Amino acid sequence: MTRGVIVSVWFGASLVLAGCADREADETRAAYASTYSPLPAETLLIKNAVVYTGTGSVLDPGAVLLKDGRVAAVGETLRAPKGAKVIDAQGRFVSPGIIDVHSHLGVYPSPGVAAHNDGNEMTDPVTAEVWAEHAVWPQDPGFNAARAGGVTTMLILPGSANLIGGRTVTLKNVPSRTMQGMKFPGAPYGLKMACGENPKRVYGSKGRAPGTRMGNVAGYRAAWIAAERYRRKEDAAANGKGEAPDRDLKLETLAGVLRGDILVHNHCYRADEMATMLEVAREFGYKVTAFHHATESYKIPDLLAEADTCSAMWADWWGFKMEAFDAIRENVAMVDAAGACAIVHSDSSIGIQRLNQEAAKAMASGNRMGLSITRAHAMTWITRNAARALGIEEETGTLEVGKSADVVIWNRDPFSVYALADQVYIDGALVYDRRDAAYQPASDFELGLTVEAGGVQ
Amino acid sequence: MKRITTITAALCIAFSITAHADFAITNAQIHTMTDEGTLPSATVVVRDGRITAVGADIAIPEGVEVIDAQGRQITPGLFDPLSALGAMEVSLVEESVDTTHTGRYGAGFDLSSAINPRSSVVGVNRIEGVTRALVVPSAPYGGAHSVFAGRAAAVTFSVSPDETVVRRGAALIAYLGQRGGGLAGGSRAAAVQQLREALDDALDYAEHRDDFEEGERREYAATRIDLEALQPVISGGTPMVIFADRASDLHEVIRLKQDYDLRVIVAGGAEAWLVAEALAKHKIGVVLDPFENLPGSFDSLNATMKNAARLTEAGVTIAFAQGDSHNPRNLTQVAGNAVAHGLDRGTALRAITVNAAAMLNLNKRCCAVRKGNEADLVLWDGDPLETTTYADAVFVRGEKVSMHSRQTRLRDRYRTPTGDLPPAYRRP
Repeated sequence: MTRGVIVSVWFGASLVLAGCADREADETRAAYASTYSPLPAETLLIKNAVVYTGTGSVLDPGAVLLKDGRVAAVGETLRAPKGAKVIDAQGRFVSPGIIDVHSHLGVYPSPGVAAHNDGNEMTDPVTAEVWAEHAVWPQDPGFNAARAGGVTTMLILPGSANLIGGRTVTLKNVPSRTMQGMKFPGAPYGLKMACGENPKRVYGSKGRAPGTRMGNVAGYRAAWIAAERYRRKEDAAANGKGEAPDRDLKLETLAGVLRGDILVHNHCYRADEMATMLEVAREFGYKVTAFHHATESYKIPDLLAEADTCSAMWADWWGFKMEAFDAIRENVAMVDAAGACAIVHSDSSIGIQRLNQEAAKAMASGNRMGLSITRAHAMTWITRNAARALGIEEETGTLEVGKSADVVIWNRDPFSVYALADQVYIDGALVYDRRDAAYQPASDFELGLTVEAGGVQ
Repeated sequence: MKRITTITAALCIAFSITAHADFAITNAQIHTMTDEGTLPSATVVVRDGRITAVGADIAIPEGVEVIDAQGRQITPGLFDPLSALGAMEVSLVEESVDTTHTGRYGAGFDLSSAINPRSSVVGVNRIEGVTRALVVPSAPYGGAHSVFAGRAAAVTFSVSPDETVVRRGAALIAYLGQRGGGLAGGSRAAAVQQLREALDDALDYAEHRDDFEEGERREYAATRIDLEALQPVISGGTPMVIFADRASDLHEVIRLKQDYDLRVIVAGGAEAWLVAEALAKHKIGVVLDPFENLPGSFDSLNATMKNAARLTEAGVTIAFAQGDSHNPRNLTQVAGNAVAHGLDRGTALRAITVNAAAMLNLNKRCCAVRKGNEADLVLWDGDPLETTTYADAVFVRGEKVSMHSRQTRLRDRYRTPTGDLPPAYRRP
């Protein structure tokens, strides 16, 4: 009866129904469910490349076979099936599609005018009832720019003004008329939470709670107490004991977290606050899937490893606010070295365009301090580990047989500042080609307004 | 393996060089940023803080320390032309931010006395090669204010904080376009009017100072202190840095330059490539952020990664800045991306080292690797524009920078976060 279950049922159905008329599909799907279907794809062999598999390995030479939207084979050399298109990628590099676990594309789109500020429902500190997907503007030109940077999957989150900001949505980075056409089939929902300065500043300045970090924690606990009561009532009713509670959107989402169906993405900078948030999770029996920003994770990697909580971090942002003052370049590398899950994220419509470079910087800082981080390993920070934090690691994030054929061909090593994505594939379909204008989609917003629609290149 | 070699080399340098020492770096690939271009295997000699010789066949004077660069690359120090270095500690901690004020000063606001050379932000960026900056004031958001943010300071971040070189009033900062319109009451046209009115007042004031002092001149919109700040600008000596992005606003900048015979630099310039020929013709340089490629506002609809390459092709002098208060160290990455999008390497390097200084007329003894210039040098452990490259050594006015910062100390404290005693007992 939870959202997660409904969505996964639909995911199964979508495979069966692929190719059917839209109307037939409409009759079976749940409200708000994904209507994504892959763009046209052909069987494709990419050979003679250097292949970062996203699992921490590299194949040199390497080849990847894309068939029926999936990775059909990966190896040093592969034979092309009959009729397959072949790309000889001599001198080029291949990686899984890049995944950004922290983006506000669509909810804070370009142009950044006030009419587009749809990411923070700043009317109450707990707005678990709002869903980012209901504000995503698929015409945000930033989606196209991110795709040109190799990004194939993104988590779109509400902002961090609230203690509990609402549901996140995982999108495939395909051009679409609707948000639902981008929605990642089967991906679990997430819940955005925020620690620290932002909620207490936003609400404290209005003369209401929370006005301190104490108030923040009291706010989370009050919300979880209500959610726990709601969940118990629902469970009891399901067992024939008592009446089901009236449907409550806010509590429905929070109860989904307590049941483990919705993943917690918690904006949090300071080490001490992350430790406190792990205690809140302990008190109410939920898991923090990932701390986002997590600029002080390097101070507590042991706690994070023990909690099996990922840290989604920048390579070098710091100092823009008090709680970001202790950020260091080596954060990602040190978290990783301690055996905790490390992810490089963007939180930026500019940064999302070069997450490969951000991972490169994070790797270099670690090696500079004496760690031995390979490029193949650093690639996991923007692919496999990111997929793990979004609960879609069975679907994407690595080039392993059976996974979605989300693939980037780079003109050179993506850890180089000079690297550009030549081609980007999502579910085996070419969605971007640097040298072919036919595969450089432009948003409606740019059309007829800019000199070269799609000036993002 | 290569990585280990370079780190060892860096340590050798650290131990063998003392502050104020004369030294020579040999066997280096030197990007001189002069007509000499890049010297593939050369020597640079530094004595008393100045470069005394650069070239392939240089006799090394007796008694100077010799550093073998082992083929590594040398560039001048990085120059951030739209900086907050030393004037901002934590962006959202208002009391630590001195770049913005809501008081009565406009053009006359002089940021120079707020520069704190001991700022952690200076140290963090200097060990990665940022040695100089134009520290610029910025106008407040959310209300009417002068379209002038005030006078910027050109700063050299010397190793010894007390030897920091601050040149007051190196440029005057102003806004046109959307931002200027916001300051001038809602319309970008009002921003142009306000700016022209101030220049007219300043010209009149220059002619009739005595009458003004005696109260016998018409009233000026600008205050005396603002009028004084405008004097070196109307005389054509001090450049006016004008923030503007939209092509139509850039044409307005050109008209201003023509009408008042000003030295003008465009900051932002998201659509500058659309008016590249005109900017080149009028010798107006552009300080731009090559990462700006989204239509972030209606002023930057035509932003593109190709801006830098197209401006250069048209003959416009460019410099790079992101207006990033805490990470000008990323200027190398920014330049590398411009190269990936068609800019030539030489221009990319100049755009983060010498070009801004030239636009600002600060290049008398700075910043190229040239005999007689102050020795601001960075020795890199690889291609300076690469994401994976670090500075192995940084010299400011001939002095070697200690490669520690607040961030490296935090890193070293938490190398092993657990132990017998809490990390607080470790003082790396």
